[in-house]
Amino acid sequence: MICFFEKIGKKTLASFSKLGRATFFLIQVIKACLSVFLRPKLLLAQLYSIGVLSFMIITISGLFVGMVLGLQGFYILSDFGAEETLGLMVAASLVRELGPVISALLFAGRAGSALTAEIGLMKTTEQLSGMEMMAVDPIKRVIAPRFLAGFISMPILTTLFSSIGVIGGQIVGVIILGVDEGSYWSQMQANIDFQGDIINGVIKSIVFGVVISWIALFEGYDTIPTSEGVSRATTRTVVNSAFAILGLDFILTALMFGDI
Amino acid sequence: MEVSNKKDQNLVSIENLTFYRGNRKIFDDISLNFQRGKVTAIMGPSGTGKTTLLKLIGGQLVPDRGTVLVDNKNVHQLTRAELFILRKRMGMLFQSGALLTDINVFDNVAFPIREHTKISESMIRTIVLMKLESVGLRGASKLMPNELSGGMARRIALARAISLDPMMIMYDEPFSGQDPISLGTLVKLIKELNSALKITSIIVSHDVQDTARIADYIYVLSGGKIVGEGTPDQLKNDSSKFVKQFFKGEADGPVQFHYPAKDYHQDIFES
Repeated sequence: MICFFEKIGKKTLASFSKLGRATFFLIQVIKACLSVFLRPKLLLAQLYSIGVLSFMIITISGLFVGMVLGLQGFYILSDFGAEETLGLMVAASLVRELGPVISALLFAGRAGSALTAEIGLMKTTEQLSGMEMMAVDPIKRVIAPRFLAGFISMPILTTLFSSIGVIGGQIVGVIILGVDEGSYWSQMQANIDFQGDIINGVIKSIVFGVVISWIALFEGYDTIPTSEGVSRATTRTVVNSAFAILGLDFILTALMFGDI
Repeated sequence: MEVSNKKDQNLVSIENLTFYRGNRKIFDDISLNFQRGKVTAIMGPSGTGKTTLLKLIGGQLVPDRGTVLVDNKNVHQLTRAELFILRKRMGMLFQSGALLTDINVFDNVAFPIREHTKISESMIRTIVLMKLESVGLRGASKLMPNELSGGMARRIALARAISLDPMMIMYDEPFSGQDPISLGTLVKLIKELNSALKITSIIVSHDVQDTARIADYIYVLSGGKIVGEGTPDQLKNDSSKFVKQFFKGEADGPVQFHYPAKDYHQDIFES
């Protein structure tokens, strides 16, 4: 019994210690971000590998999610004779929820895992240590450009996901199932609020971008420098990012749209 | 006066150093001196904390007690900015080479120069080619790190370590896992760099024969203590049991071949 409580105590202490290290790490990274603007080449290279290379998965997923929304929305709305509001339903779902959440989950799987593995392997092969000994701060040189690239890429990818999703909904709803094209777009235009829906969706995506980049980079930086350590850290990045995205989505939605 | 002369003679001085990793004591009140322009080796069995000692000298780890002076500066009392200024004058050759894997050999050697100086690309090219020539790998400048053999990677890392003309180089197990030709090349290079550039060298190794060939002075570490020190010739004739065992490579002696365990027969038939 004592052993059981001892284990709980140890795990709790370890979790708080890790949270402390992660917070300290985030502060260091944010401080180092200013220096990245002096070396835009480093940022551009990361924007390419984190943002541009995620373009394909975001586009294809956005298209299919939009198509499924068009299909499901049409069957439900047609029961009430409200098919003409399909455009509004597809756009609201995407812009408020599915766009930020699904693109963040995909981003965590595609770019977050890659970041953790890359940084973890750099630590395992002593590249980070080597930089320190060459008087080069790895937080400034390696971590901060990746963090900024994640922060910038996420809202752009989310906007892309939602836009392509709306087109996917149109392909199924308007072209295949015959919803009136004018209604599809006009309902959307009339009822989607720029401040309330679009901006809030973008804010969500910025928060997710920061959190995913933070988790991914910290897990890589804090990894146990062995192949098993890197593999576990990569898994933790995807799992913890998913929890963080879904948990934060609830909190943000409650703050933005609810009366809680 | 004599004290300050002695201080000036030593580039690195470690005084009464104690270091714990968790609850395990790695170093127990040890003191070592590394003379300017000399090759000093730290030897001992695996797991005695030789690499840890290099990290303490480089300021990557902080001791629990004691001081580490590099060029008369207490490494662990410097600010991060001051430590980085000092590190620009310290080269370190990691056991794995620690080359940056996403850039080629040329860019790896140019990396510290580009990070710390504002000299033109044409000048950087000249310096890098000179450094690569000194390790015999000018022809490999366009290769990526994954195209290099272990020995080549270590030589490139050496070229990178000397790219800013440091006052000292720390070598972490430079000879382990090398074929006889690479090993011979590395031994020759370390000796030449030391004599031609007057670079102070600290070598961490458990390779007795090759280290003894180039070292001016050797410290033998075991169990967190210095168990022997002297010139290679002095240590070869040392009467201490541990030094004898280590230098002759005997399986049994003060350091047991077997990790501590309960009785063999009892362990086998227990189940």
